[in-house]
Amino acid sequence: MPNEKVLMKGNEVLAEAALRSGCTCFFGYPITPQTELAAYMAKRMPKEGGAYLQAESEVAAINMVYGAAAAGARVMTSSSSPGISLKTEGISYLVGADLPAVIINVMRGGPGLGGIQPSQADYWQATRALGHGDGHLIVLAPATVQEMADMVATAFALGDTYRTPVMVLADGMLGQMMEPVTLPEPLDLASIEDKPWALTGTGAPGRTTRNIANSLDLVAGNLERRNDERFERYEQIKAKEQRAETYLIDDAEYVVVAFGACARIARSGVERARAVGIKAGLIRPITLWPFPTTTIEAALPGARAFLSVEMNKGQMVDDVRLAVNGRAPVEFYGRTGGVIPTPAEVATALADLQQTVTAAGTKEA
Amino acid sequence: MSSDYGNLNLVLAGFGGQGILFAGKLVATAGLLEDRAVSWLPSYGPEMRGGTANCSVCLSDEPIGSPLVTDPDVLIAMNQPSFDLFYPLVVSGGLTILDSLLVPVIEPRDEVPIFGVPATQLADDEGLHGLANVMLVGKLWREHPFCAEETLQEALAACVPPRKQQLLEPNRRALHIGLELA
Repeated sequence: MPNEKVLMKGNEVLAEAALRSGCTCFFGYPITPQTELAAYMAKRMPKEGGAYLQAESEVAAINMVYGAAAAGARVMTSSSSPGISLKTEGISYLVGADLPAVIINVMRGGPGLGGIQPSQADYWQATRALGHGDGHLIVLAPATVQEMADMVATAFALGDTYRTPVMVLADGMLGQMMEPVTLPEPLDLASIEDKPWALTGTGAPGRTTRNIANSLDLVAGNLERRNDERFERYEQIKAKEQRAETYLIDDAEYVVVAFGACARIARSGVERARAVGIKAGLIRPITLWPFPTTTIEAALPGARAFLSVEMNKGQMVDDVRLAVNGRAPVEFYGRTGGVIPTPAEVATALADLQQTVTAAGTKEA
Repeated sequence: MSSDYGNLNLVLAGFGGQGILFAGKLVATAGLLEDRAVSWLPSYGPEMRGGTANCSVCLSDEPIGSPLVTDPDVLIAMNQPSFDLFYPLVVSGGLTILDSLLVPVIEPRDEVPIFGVPATQLADDEGLHGLANVMLVGKLWREHPFCAEETLQEALAACVPPRKQQLLEPNRRALHIGLELA
């Protein structure tokens, strides 16, 4: 009954979808609110014949990912905010060695140990500075449990195509909630494209030279060439892989930009604003990196102002401002520390924005 | 998607151990079986370890926006702190069901009637210890039908794990009592 809808928790769906996407190795370490993912993997992965290991720490887990990725396996790790910080050194190595892997972050409130309630405070970390050195991850942001299932499959495919780690950035709300979900069909492992760069020994047919997976390159010119080549791939990713969903955007004058669970709340907020005559719409970035600049661009002609709504102190708003590039006002509304904004708050923020923009327009006239 | 039943924005709240999350899952599963949009969002903080537990359940014919119910149209309250916290949030025209053994019934607000059921007492009297939660879902259905009655029965069977099938019959009895409560 592969196509039957079932009621499942987001965290468990991430795990099940990974197993169905050819993930054969999982290395993790428990932390609320993502522990159900690792627990589910612990139960299921051995039955699937794969490797599951609860490492001694997040640092150990990400280095196990590094090894499995180098050997060509589809490999995943998961954690929540403080645990992701511990993994960042290893993620930088994955980037430097051009190795695909899927990293799940079920975000909680920060900084530091913070809290365990939902948050989106790791946007900057995920899209800007996940580890040292020049580099990016592809970052996917699900907003529903169904999307969590679909996105894990996408994450593995994108990682293999572009030889890059991919992050699925969820939050405690999505991880803990249940929704009906249709799980992806199990992938035939034989359909996964060959990885000629993988460290499989020189015994393979036609293979006479050894492969090396390493981020270390002590020759300045060589290291620059490698970085240039990687950034050419990033340009391809930016050109081909931007994803976003829009809602009521066609005649929208006040455009809310929100991702993940927060986008669902923003959507309800947009509906409330519409009910009182504010022409509001929503852009929901699905890829946070690459940021969907073309969707922002398309909304610009009709937009009087943008409002970034986030569960943090204002992080994605930077990317909205870069995309808008001064051509319209960009404001921010957010809550932090595990406090979830309400649709009513979003509607109020939209009403305030309309008032400010209209007042400024009157002054100019 | 369209259903014979309206949208439901439900908050269930009580102590950890009263089966609040299970009761929510029962309602959510009924929505799943009728192919509606469904969300079930639990509290998962330290309160889960014996303090207060609550969960939000939405059934809808449209994609669900916020799964966190801030304006419930129905509240099931199984302790005083939960009632005090959530009753003021119930929208006009909504209703509240509470375990009157644990929460004294007060004069209701305008347009938010309170249905008190001594569910914990009734469950104990009937040898159904721990099934006050299911009884209150039955009462909820009676006052505010949110699915076909057969669906609710089917959902209950789906929610009792295969390894604990001996619990299905007492669960059915608890639901039946709730459904029959005047």
